[in-house]
Amino acid sequence: MSTDYGHTAKSGASLDHHDSHPHGHAPSYLHDGYGWRSWLFTVDHKRIGIMYLVMILAFFLVGGVLAGLVRFNLVSPTGALVDNDTYNKLFTAHGVVMLFFVLIPSIPGVMGNFFVPIMIGAKDMAFPKLNLASWYVWMAGSGFAVWAILAGGIDTGWTLYPPYSSRSSHSNVVPGAMGVFVAGFSSIMTGLNIIITVHRMRAPGMTWGRLPLFIWATYATSLIQVLATPVLAIAVFLLMIETATGWTGNPVGIFDPAIGGDPILFQHLFWFYSHPAVYIMILPGMGVISEILTCFSRKNIFGYQAIAWSSVGIAVVGFIVWAHHMFVAGISYYAALLFSLLSMLVAVPSAIKVFNWTSTLYRGSITFQAPMVFALGFMVLFTIGGVTGLFLATLGTDIHLHDTYFVVAHFHFVMVGGMVLAFMAALHFWWPKMTGVMYSDFWSRTAAITIIIGYILTFMPQFYLGYHGMPRRYPNYPPEFRVFNVLSTAGYTVQLAGFLMSASYLLVSLFNGKKAGPNPWGATGLEWAIPSPPITHNFDKTPVVVAAPYEYSLNLTQTGEKADVR
Amino acid sequence: MSARVGALCGHFEDIEQQRGAERLGMWMFLATEILFFAGVFLAYTVYRLWYPKDFAAVSSLLNVTIAGINSVFLLTSSMTITFAIRACQTGNNAALRKLLLATALLGAAFMALKAYEYATDYHEGLVPWSNNFGHETLHGHDKPMLDVWEHDGVSPDRVKIFLFFYYSMTGIHGIHLIIGIGVVLYLYVRAVRKTLTPDKYVALETTSLYWHLVDAIWLFIMPLLYLAGPHTVHQLGF
Repeated sequence: MSTDYGHTAKSGASLDHHDSHPHGHAPSYLHDGYGWRSWLFTVDHKRIGIMYLVMILAFFLVGGVLAGLVRFNLVSPTGALVDNDTYNKLFTAHGVVMLFFVLIPSIPGVMGNFFVPIMIGAKDMAFPKLNLASWYVWMAGSGFAVWAILAGGIDTGWTLYPPYSSRSSHSNVVPGAMGVFVAGFSSIMTGLNIIITVHRMRAPGMTWGRLPLFIWATYATSLIQVLATPVLAIAVFLLMIETATGWTGNPVGIFDPAIGGDPILFQHLFWFYSHPAVYIMILPGMGVISEILTCFSRKNIFGYQAIAWSSVGIAVVGFIVWAHHMFVAGISYYAALLFSLLSMLVAVPSAIKVFNWTSTLYRGSITFQAPMVFALGFMVLFTIGGVTGLFLATLGTDIHLHDTYFVVAHFHFVMVGGMVLAFMAALHFWWPKMTGVMYSDFWSRTAAITIIIGYILTFMPQFYLGYHGMPRRYPNYPPEFRVFNVLSTAGYTVQLAGFLMSASYLLVSLFNGKKAGPNPWGATGLEWAIPSPPITHNFDKTPVVVAAPYEYSLNLTQTGEKADVR
Repeated sequence: MSARVGALCGHFEDIEQQRGAERLGMWMFLATEILFFAGVFLAYTVYRLWYPKDFAAVSSLLNVTIAGINSVFLLTSSMTITFAIRACQTGNNAALRKLLLATALLGAAFMALKAYEYATDYHEGLVPWSNNFGHETLHGHDKPMLDVWEHDGVSPDRVKIFLFFYYSMTGIHGIHLIIGIGVVLYLYVRAVRKTLTPDKYVALETTSLYWHLVDAIWLFIMPLLYLAGPHTVHQLGF
């Protein structure tokens, strides 16, 4: 595949269809049909990825605004904005939207759909129609969730614990639960599609040992999606039915202890999914980071096998740690001890990744473009989030820290500091491939640094608050905690500025960004061997893979071309 | 992307790659189904261990005769659908149509008997929202079940939990079977139109995998629900 840099100097977007055939024959996927029908009925994995991207960004905006309302309410010890009931609904909606409609589908739905087939040299996902169906099912789920929010919200917290949710709460638990239930099937469809695609659609020469680490991570994620999500579905199903029996005036006690049910059973079923789900949220991010760190330090990845298998390790061990969410819920001491030990085991594969990434950076020729800044931010923030997770896995400290802001800070470090930064890193890394244009170098770096600083300012004070006893989900707090809450809210505004900056320069780049060319980063993966944006069938002819994924020392792409010709 | 050459979709390299993907896809889907049912089996097991006496008491009232006949129907249908694959591969369209229709009819017979059973259950008050769970006839004396149970220390709240699981498990299974019948009928229509050709047998093979799973799940549901308590010969209808 020849690398044609003749367009590099030319500005004017590739979205302009007058110049839609840069490589002669087939049009790019963006120009293969116009109008809403060509999008809503497409089976092209790239277009479906873009549809996921648009909706996820919209939900990210909604979830972000909800987070802002929560944070600004906490500026005052007695609640600055809304009454306590509304506050409950705000943080619940924030949780549901961010988890089920942003983080879980984010990288699998957007980058997984867009890049898994390309990176393994396939023309499409194994099941293109199922892929489109997953988007529609997800939209249906989000419709239920939006209905629940618009009809007055849910006040149970995103965990929907019975018997409060099924008996006492008079908010919209059933439509909200239905949204989670339906969106889960979309997650299963995407996961199944990716697993089969990776197993069956690899190009000649693309052995398991030559798979990019992003593929390994996405594959491990998909295993969790496929095997854990059905259990959430049945838990939520039983919850909905139990709630419905309450309406008949003749309640059945599946989870209601007053009439023979067991609320802990719901927690077991719920966390059997929802703990692995946090690995659904972080593993694809880890895959992205592996791609970016090696590319921008111009060095072969350190410990390919270790990173690849640690992804699988996290997926496997992630299934047997769920009860650490329930240490104070009344499970037996012996179960708690066992789950405490198992939870600490997850730190091992995670640490293996961080050490290997660090070794990859060591003596590399590092350049600090936006994807790299986000990736380095991920490494720092994820490590803090991971290490504070060990505090919570430890039985004794967890009893002190359980349900405090320490927990909030911990999982936001992993979810936001980890996954959101990884998503931003992925978006910036692959933006030129997805759109064909390059964004502003200066503004993207500035935004990355702003987001990271704002991020630290938001969540660092919450460790202090939590350690000193501020419970999560409370709208009120003693006045001496005020300064830390105000700092945290200030951090939110800094992050907001950073994200708005990103939105601006990315939008601007669509209209007058420079042409990116096929391989703007001099990277080695198959996705960089085809034009930007790719043609509908991805490859003119099936590529033959001859090299390992990260041969930066040989400057060799996976098809055996020269990687960096800049 | 939907360019097709015979059975081969455009995005696959060759037909064997496509068949492999379709088979593996169905197996992965079955894995999710197993996890889905595992959740409700787990919940059922927890309460069965907590409330063995209550579960046994109400399980005795279920109609084990219908459940037994239904098991035979499903097992037979698994056989007919397997023969249908062979008929499809050898291009024996007449046998293919007969076997697919037999499979769908056996599934429909299961659902018909199940519907009849639900109706009798409803009639006898065996529903979670009931306050009167029928009566027991012993030596010509009619005695309300609630009185019998009060004497035996069986709690109506726990009986309702069992009935909740009875309807949830058989209901979810029934929905799966209805979907299966729909797919088999769709294949039957394709067979009648002669578009289910031997090179497309994998569509039938993956359907049969699903059908077998639904069958196998019934074989777990049946003893869990119907055989949790003792049944008298009288109840068996002899």
